[in-house]
Amino acid sequence: MNRDVAITDSFGNLSRFLIQELKPRGPWLTPFNVISIPVILTGLGILVYRFIHGLGSVTNLTQETPWGLWMGFDVITGVALAGGAYVITFVVYVMGVDKYHGIVRATVLNGLLAYTFYGGALLIDLGRPWNAPNPYIGNSFGFSSVLFLICWHFLLYMVAEFVEFSPVIAEWLHLEKAKRVLKKLTIATVVLGITLSILHQSGLGALFLMAKPKIHPLWWSEFIPILFFVSSIYAGLAMIIVEGTISHRVFEKLIPAEHHHHFDDIVFGLAKGAAITMIVYYFFKALLFIHDKQWDLIVDGWGLWFLVEVIGFVLVPALMFAFGFKHRSLNIVKIAAVMALIGIILNRLNVSVIAFNWYADVHYFPSWQEYVVTFMVIFAELWVFRWFVTRMPVFSSEH
Amino acid sequence: MDRRGFLKTSVLVGGTAIAGKKLNAQENQNSAEFVGILVDTTRCIGCRACEVACAEEHDMFVPDVVNDGAFEQVRKTSEKQWTVVNKFETEKGDVFVKKQCMHCYQAACAIACPTEAMKQTDHGPVIWRGNKCIGCRFCMVSCPFEMPKFEYDEWNPKLQKCTMCFERLEEGQKPACVSACPTDALMFGTRVKNLEIARHRIYSYPDQYVHHIYGEHEVGGTGYIYLSAVPFDQIGFRTDLGKKAYPEYTKEFLYAVPMILFGVPAFLLGLNALADASRSVPESEFTLEFDVDKEEKKR
Repeated sequence: MNRDVAITDSFGNLSRFLIQELKPRGPWLTPFNVISIPVILTGLGILVYRFIHGLGSVTNLTQETPWGLWMGFDVITGVALAGGAYVITFVVYVMGVDKYHGIVRATVLNGLLAYTFYGGALLIDLGRPWNAPNPYIGNSFGFSSVLFLICWHFLLYMVAEFVEFSPVIAEWLHLEKAKRVLKKLTIATVVLGITLSILHQSGLGALFLMAKPKIHPLWWSEFIPILFFVSSIYAGLAMIIVEGTISHRVFEKLIPAEHHHHFDDIVFGLAKGAAITMIVYYFFKALLFIHDKQWDLIVDGWGLWFLVEVIGFVLVPALMFAFGFKHRSLNIVKIAAVMALIGIILNRLNVSVIAFNWYADVHYFPSWQEYVVTFMVIFAELWVFRWFVTRMPVFSSEH
Repeated sequence: MDRRGFLKTSVLVGGTAIAGKKLNAQENQNSAEFVGILVDTTRCIGCRACEVACAEEHDMFVPDVVNDGAFEQVRKTSEKQWTVVNKFETEKGDVFVKKQCMHCYQAACAIACPTEAMKQTDHGPVIWRGNKCIGCRFCMVSCPFEMPKFEYDEWNPKLQKCTMCFERLEEGQKPACVSACPTDALMFGTRVKNLEIARHRIYSYPDQYVHHIYGEHEVGGTGYIYLSAVPFDQIGFRTDLGKKAYPEYTKEFLYAVPMILFGVPAFLLGLNALADASRSVPESEFTLEFDVDKEEKKR
């Protein structure tokens, strides 16, 4: 009897606690809110229109360019930028490097939210999203499809990321026992998560293997999967540097003082890792270029564009990372991180959108609605990220 | 990893490798069973009866072949038209070429499809099944001939492309376009038979044809094969697609998946065991954590 009362009571407490936590906090009229709220509302309006009148009513997609900004940026670029979670969990949990423990929670949360929202973006882009459960249930398994694999990996990876993050949720709800149980699952989900990441990061590249006749030869290679995987490592590292730097400004009060100092040290460590992977990636690119004897392709505008990407936004930031690490210059490292991210965005968009159907007379260019929806996805993710970090112990060093 | 774990992994990897053989099944099948259509462009008079028959058969927009002036430009198939006939001015006069899904014998679209909505039927024709399709358009990205067309202006879009009149074939009839062709420019039959006819015509009239059957080897062989009096790049065909069947491009990746799926966790757990063994954590590191905890509680 008493116990029943206690349970109802604690349930009442929990729901009251949840309602309290769901309420918005802090000032409303911040610059971020002023920009993001109209964008999100417009984006939602565009989506309603899109589901009534079809994809063609809001996008510039054509029969020749079936994948545009939504697939190219939200899904293919976004997933590369979310690579930090598997790299950091590898370093911390598999290799046992404690130095980076302080950023694990924020990075895993970022990964989890990125996949949730980019998975969501994929649904927006699907022509028949109500059939989206088909790859998961029933007799519609396209085992030999790269996209089938990616569908499954996205789902499983989100589950793995959620389990990795769940101790923080348990801590927030003051469920000590649950937290202890969930923490025991960490190493298993980390191993699973890294494996799935290797496969779907490279898998996103494998999506374009059969598009060989449509992609400019400077960007198509049978090794796209490996290139995508290697570049996702430094994309993740650069993203942690940029995102961490912004977080340390915006959420300054939430972050323990020791962390502020410790973070610089972490950034230099990440810079070293990024420099090495970028040099390796550049070496791969150069090797493929020389091996395929592509010298005569370099002379026109596409060749120049290729050099901008590979030298301007891979080799240069790689050297800047190395220089910044050696001379302990935070600023150079941070600029290098931003440049590396631009390089990743360029590369993914080049493969999936820009150099796709490069010979066409009329080239695809995204509509304003496609841009708005893309920003909507990013802003919505930032809103949810902000909600998490202001309520849960994401930045604390407890582990 | 212990011995039991290793055995388990080996069995799983082995099992997947055996299952993986299915990817190659089409190569092993007797290709005599495959059907297709031979298009002899030297016989085509550009009457476009095939366009009309196709539209009527599939309840689509029927073109006004007399008045619409369609030959003024080179047209593509669309979500409203599964087949089009184009006119090309060449050194040997006007050449008319019918265009539609090529029905590759190892179809990239069917391999790309995550839900088997694009499906290669047993005798070759590639069909689309709406109840399975999620509308991802990966078939469009993968098709070397850009044949699947998407209804961008529909809330419930379909993928539209020639099905080689799959339903008619089931009933023992010929495809609508073949039945409608007045000059036998289109001939329906098994792949082997069509190739024999095509070769026979080249041997019999060596001056009338270029000695190449488009679709015999292109992208691993297609259901539609073409004869022509002029080189194929002059009548709107891509000649740079290669002889490799397109599913081959992703085969290595797909074969690597089970290896990675089982190999990498073993590798990671091994690394983890090594790292644990070599790491001796000094006491002092833990005191820092406790300090932070205390600070948090104070707040």
